Amino acid sequence: MKRVYPIEEYCIGCRLCEVACAVSHSKSGDIVRAYKEEGACPRNLVEESGAVSFCLSCRHCDTPQCAAACISGALRKDASGRVIYDEARCVGCWSCIMACPHGGIRQDVVRMKIIKCDLCPDRDVPACVAACPNRALKFEERP
Amino acid sequence: MYVIVGGGVAAVGAIEGIRSRDARTPITVISKEKYLVYGRPLIVEVLKGERTADEIRYREPSFYDDMKVKVMLGVEARRINTAAKSVELASGESLPYKRCLIATGGVPFIPPTEGLDGSDVYTFTTLDDAERLSAAAPDIGRAVVIGGGLIGLKVAEGLHARGVPVTIVELAPRILSAAFDDVAGKMILARLQEVGLQVFCGCSVAAVLRSPQGRVRAVRLSDGREVECGAVVAAIGVAPDKQLAAQSGIKVNRGVVVDHYLRTSAADVYAAGDVAEAYDISIKANRVVPIWPNAYQQGYTAGRNMAGARARYAGGLPMNSIAFYGISTISAGVTNPANGGYQVLDQIEAERNRYRKLVFKRGRLVGYVLVGEVARAGLLTGLIREGVDVASFKEKLLSGRLSYLDLPEGLRRERLS
Repeated sequence: MKRVYPIEEYCIGCRLCEVACAVSHSKSGDIVRAYKEEGACPRNLVEESGAVSFCLSCRHCDTPQCAAACISGALRKDASGRVIYDEARCVGCWSCIMACPHGGIRQDVVRMKIIKCDLCPDRDVPACVAACPNRALKFEERP
Repeated sequence: MYVIVGGGVAAVGAIEGIRSRDARTPITVISKEKYLVYGRPLIVEVLKGERTADEIRYREPSFYDDMKVKVMLGVEARRINTAAKSVELASGESLPYKRCLIATGGVPFIPPTEGLDGSDVYTFTTLDDAERLSAAAPDIGRAVVIGGGLIGLKVAEGLHARGVPVTIVELAPRILSAAFDDVAGKMILARLQEVGLQVFCGCSVAAVLRSPQGRVRAVRLSDGREVECGAVVAAIGVAPDKQLAAQSGIKVNRGVVVDHYLRTSAADVYAAGDVAEAYDISIKANRVVPIWPNAYQQGYTAGRNMAGARARYAGGLPMNSIAFYGISTISAGVTNPANGGYQVLDQIEAERNRYRKLVFKRGRLVGYVLVGEVARAGLLTGLIREGVDVASFKEKLLSGRLSYLDLPEGLRRERLS
């Protein structure tokens, strides 16, 4: 299964991956409206410390701790290997936040729901990968 | 055929585990409850009236068909005939199995107390419990909740939301004594009192007093005080429902004894979930830790093994994520270290209801308590689970802004590639 892999040597911490994620998951698809009107929130996160940075998103683990911890059934691993998220079921209990060893799930504390990477199921290449000017994100299958 | 006794989350884990390796062999699930699997911790939402029974479903009803599972609801297993390899039902019917899973869960513990049997006494671990309590709520007057742990506080919150005045009675000197430490317990206590819950710690219910008609009218506490009420909820905790295993000659201790592969003492019989005494990373020994994530993981691992894998259960960890009136909390592992080799780092901002406490032993993180701000807590859980040497970056972990870049580079690269 293809996943998004960061290459920290190429990343300059520009955060365009976050912008691309937020916009591509917004209702309007428009950058200004997404941020100004829709309160868009990216599902990924650029980690930065000194000169090192990289984009972190849900790893879609083989044995996802988040899905085991989810009390509502909102998180599950599907047949393709993605860890899928059914927002309507999420109750904002943060059990997945407690369980994810990557800290790869974000909290929307206004709506009391989690936000996480869905690997852009409607696109050939996830928006973050397509947007990275430094090719610091790779979407590929690894053994 | 696979037979799973119990219909909760451990059973779902087992079904998904079995089907990851064996797409065909029929699976039968026997459940005492009359509902398909639901999010058990969400029964409080049903009590509050915020969600219906259908809205706390954990899997869609179609899940069972998709997974080729036959479900028998409202059915009780009486005995497992481990020699003949069949499960005998209360109806007299007998189900042969190739592999069997005991996932019977827990039963509420009811303390031996005068007057605590009869009408107006409730427990709070099943959807039926929630529906019963919900139906009674308008007529209860005051409710006394025995137990100031997670179940007790949740049922209190649910009743309070329905307009029922609540008194919580906790034997220990503070609430949440198992999952939390003193500081966190006090923060939550203050919040509960602020919203109007009455909490008595350091005492117990000595007797339930009843009217001549047999209805609950008050409780007498161990210190002599009386609290007038119309209902009592026993919410001390759950004990493993190990009767079926014990009656079948399967080895039990506090729970059903299992090895690293979730196998019981009987050939081809496995156990998982709240009934099982499985490996716990935090004490490096087996014990019963009745929490949701452990139940799923044990079920999943058992399921894979039932379908012929040799998957070792990585081990559970006591952990809870739960909010009390807007204060998020997460705790995991050792939260109340006894003397002897532990080091504690903490940070208290009482006025903002924020608290972070990390517990270390021999340079490794072994537990934590977070109150107020819980973002990315799993980074900490992962460090406990993997036994990472954190001696060089302990202080960084105390910051409210946990980062992957606080972790050692080697570990980071390995995890992300």
